[in-house]
This record gives sequence, C-alpha cells and structure tokens, in this order.
Amino acid sequence: MRYIDGAVRDFKNLDLLATGETAIHRLDARAKVIVTLVFIISVVSFNKYELTALFPFFIYPAVMMALGNLPAGYMAGKIVFVLPFALAVAIFNPLFDQQVMIQLGPFGISGGWISCASVVVRSILTVGAAIILVGLTGFPGICKALEQLGMPQVFAVQLLFLYRYIFVLTEEGGRASRARELRSFGEKGLSLASYTSLISHLLLRTWQRAERIHMAMLARGFTGEFHTGQPKQFGGRELFFVIVWSAIFIALRLQNIPQLIGTIVMRMLS
Amino acid sequence: MSHHIVDIVDLCHTYSDGTEALRGVSVRITHGESVAIIGANGTGKSTLLLHLNGYLTATSGTIRIGDFPLTKGTLPEIRRTVGMVFQDPDDQLFMPTVYDDVAFGPLNLGLVGTDVDQRVGDALERVGAAHLRTKPPYRLSGGEKKRVAIATVLAMSPDILVMDEPTSGLDPYGRRQLMQLLKEFHHTKIFTSHDLDMVLELCPRTIILHRGMIAADGPTEEIFLNTALLEECHLEQPLSMQGCPICNRNILLSCQLK
Repeated sequence: MRYIDGAVRDFKNLDLLATGETAIHRLDARAKVIVTLVFIISVVSFNKYELTALFPFFIYPAVMMALGNLPAGYMAGKIVFVLPFALAVAIFNPLFDQQVMIQLGPFGISGGWISCASVVVRSILTVGAAIILVGLTGFPGICKALEQLGMPQVFAVQLLFLYRYIFVLTEEGGRASRARELRSFGEKGLSLASYTSLISHLLLRTWQRAERIHMAMLARGFTGEFHTGQPKQFGGRELFFVIVWSAIFIALRLQNIPQLIGTIVMRMLS
Repeated sequence: MSHHIVDIVDLCHTYSDGTEALRGVSVRITHGESVAIIGANGTGKSTLLLHLNGYLTATSGTIRIGDFPLTKGTLPEIRRTVGMVFQDPDDQLFMPTVYDDVAFGPLNLGLVGTDVDQRVGDALERVGAAHLRTKPPYRLSGGEKKRVAIATVLAMSPDILVMDEPTSGLDPYGRRQLMQLLKEFHHTKIFTSHDLDMVLELCPRTIILHRGMIAADGPTEEIFLNTALLEECHLEQPLSMQGCPICNRNILLSCQLK
C-alpha cells in the first residue's frame, strides 16, 4: 500500500508540470486534445502484427517532452507503472499464436510474439501520449477542452471528480491500511475478514470525505461549471499545431517509413 | 448595512437517521460582530454552521443573511456573502497548486484574467502566504494550509467569515499568528471552537449550544464567569481564567475584582 500511496502522490506532480510556461503549455487545450486523439487513433488502428511502422511515432512524445520541458525520466517512470497491465493483456498471445512469421537465421519468431510486442509498444505510445497531455495541460484543462469540443458538461464534471476521487481514495486507503498494519502483529489481523471490513469502511469514509470536499467547492460558488485561468483562443497557432501533427500521423499511418528507408537503402546498395 | 446581518429564527434540523441536531435555535448577529459558538461535542455547532451557507436545509425555521432569506434562488449570492472555512484544510484545498485553489472561488464568481490575479495576490498577501502560491497544497505544513484555506475564502470578498475550529491542530506559534490575523479582519465573524482562550480573546460575544438548543447568549466574560452554567454544558473556564497550577492565584479574576 505504501508503494501505491507513493506512486499516486508522485502522480499528483504531473498536474504541477502543467503549470509550466512554455509555448506548448500556452496552446489552447483543445488543440492538444485533438492531436492526442489523432495520435492514439493512428497508433491503435494498425493491424495486430504491425511493429516496425510504430517506431516513427515515438517522434511525437520525444518532441513534445522536449518542447514542453517535461522531465523524461519522470515521464518514463509513469509509463512503466502502467506497463504490467499491458503485458497482462498480451502475455498469452505467444501461446495461442505460434505460427512462425519471421525467420531470423535459425530462429523463428512466431506471430504471437510479434503481436505481444506490438501491444506493448502501442501501450507505451498511447499511455505516453495521454500522460504527456496531462503534463502539458492539466486535468481540469483537459476536461474543459472536452466540454468545449462537445462532450456533455455532466460527463466532463464526472471525469474531473473521478480524477480527484482517485487521490481521495488512495489517501484514505493508505491511512486505513497503515492503521491495520500497525495493529496487526504478524499474520493475525491481516485476514480476509479484516480486509473486507477495511474495504467497506474505506468506501464510506471516502464518501464522507468527498462530500466534505464537495461542500467546500459549493461554498466557493461551484455551480457545476469549472473555469481554468486565462480563457484561451483557438487561433492560428493552434490550427497550425493540429494540422502539422495530424498530417505527420496520417502520413506515418499510411506509409511504413522504416520499410521505405530500408527499400531505398537496399536499392542504393544493389 | 443590513447585508451583514445574520438572522436565524427558530431553526430546527433533524438528520435523516432521526437525530435532532438543532431544536429551535434563534440568533441575531449584527454587522461587525465577532461571535463564538461553543458547546460540547455533538451539540449541533457544525450543523448550525452548515446552515449558514445553505449546505443543509432547515427542517423548520428561517435564516436570513442580510437582505435575503436563504432559499434555493438566493444561494449563489449567500455563498458569496458567507465565506466558510472548514475545520480540516485538506478538505478545502483540492486544486493542484495554492494559486489554483485560491483562484477557484473568484473564477466561479465569473472574474477573468488580471482581476483573478489581483484577488489571489491580495488574499495570499493578507494571510502572509504570498510565497506559497506555486506550491501544491499537500506539501504545506498545517499552519500554512490553514492560512491558504482562509485565503481561498477571502479571495471571494465575503462580508461574513464563518470558521469551524480555526485554531485546531496548530502549534502555539501558529495559533498565535492566526489569532493575530483574525483580529485584523473587520468582517462579521462567527467561530465555533473548543479553544476557549481564543474565544475569550477574539469574541466579545459567546453563544453556548447544549443539546441542540441555546443555553446562553451574552458577553463572553460574563458567560465564562458562570461556572455552574459551564459545568452544566460540559464546558469549563478557559485556562487563562483558571487558577495558577502552582499557587492557585487567579490573575484574571483578581484584575476584575479591583
């Protein structure tokens, strides 16, 4: 639990990165949300054995992190945190799909391994893009942008509350779990029975806490709408940002660049 | 200036589980007054406070804040007028940075751009927390959190400041600083507290709640001299009014007797 607690607290720092003052931070959130969506759709829409064509897409996270001054090591750490989940999804592919697709000398690589690697690379790319989006825009900004792009306000507010609730839940959970560990000497007290009671208490406690937070929000004039600092305009810079990146993603999606370079090099050598 | 008046008439509140938290409370607090609401645990202090900005709805009775009766239609105006600082600052600070948190109220009031900056700057300056503006709230000490929580409310320019247990959880120095800060505010102030020494120093008027009803309402010093009443309401005199633990001489009382 201490591990999760620390990880979540660390995750909160992501919102702090969004207070940066680079040109990318200053862009209207809608532009960044649209580009991220186009990026994710491009990456996800490849067929399941595609691997090489995915690599050029790393240019987007690399450029955005550099322009937005995001710490690469920290961002990589956040992505690694999600990787086990991707692996859990893909780990059975090599078992089910054993047909050899690539012959590297004496080694045959089965389709299962390729699709497994493809799932992992795709999750690194998509999760990375999402985390970079939060780091450059902040979660409230993203919710606001989604609302401006036509998502019903109720959903946008729900999303924002869900995000806040994660932190409330883990904070309370961390405290409850610490109290239990300190009073359970050795194995006793760590039984399933005490665990179920802990979980149910956790639900009620976070509920009460969430209610108090909501109360504090209402007391400060919250009416279901949220506002984010300076209202930004979707202007020429935003349009340029969206068009350039979308064009790059679509080109990369339609044309396998590594393969193309390979063919050109081979042709020059022959 | 009638808009700073709090007028509560025969307020009753029964929770959904049947607990009668308030049983006919009537209070009138006028402009610029500093009033303490004290009482043992579970006597309805917090319930009463939560009525003041319309979070709880009265089972019966009426509340008027200034010119407005508290109804659903007047809620936004009343929530701007009544600034409420909650007991646990962690509940009040929920945005990524101190700046965002203090700006939350003004943004909800419809302010934009430099106006928001101005409000946030002023509010943080007033509580002596201007240097904390870029920090995330969870990295602050207890005293700093309390100051920022007060700033979040001041940024909305309330006319009436309501605080639940302002000094709880603060170290002696932090408590002293906060009291100094509160002394400088010329708002109508309503506190609940178990810190009776603070009450003695900051609030000329005290209301004792006992079992959901008002047991006493009057000048603070008078109430704290009535030991029988205090005992009946599960309270005791502030430490500064009790005898010295070594010689048992009561400095404050001897002053008053002269």
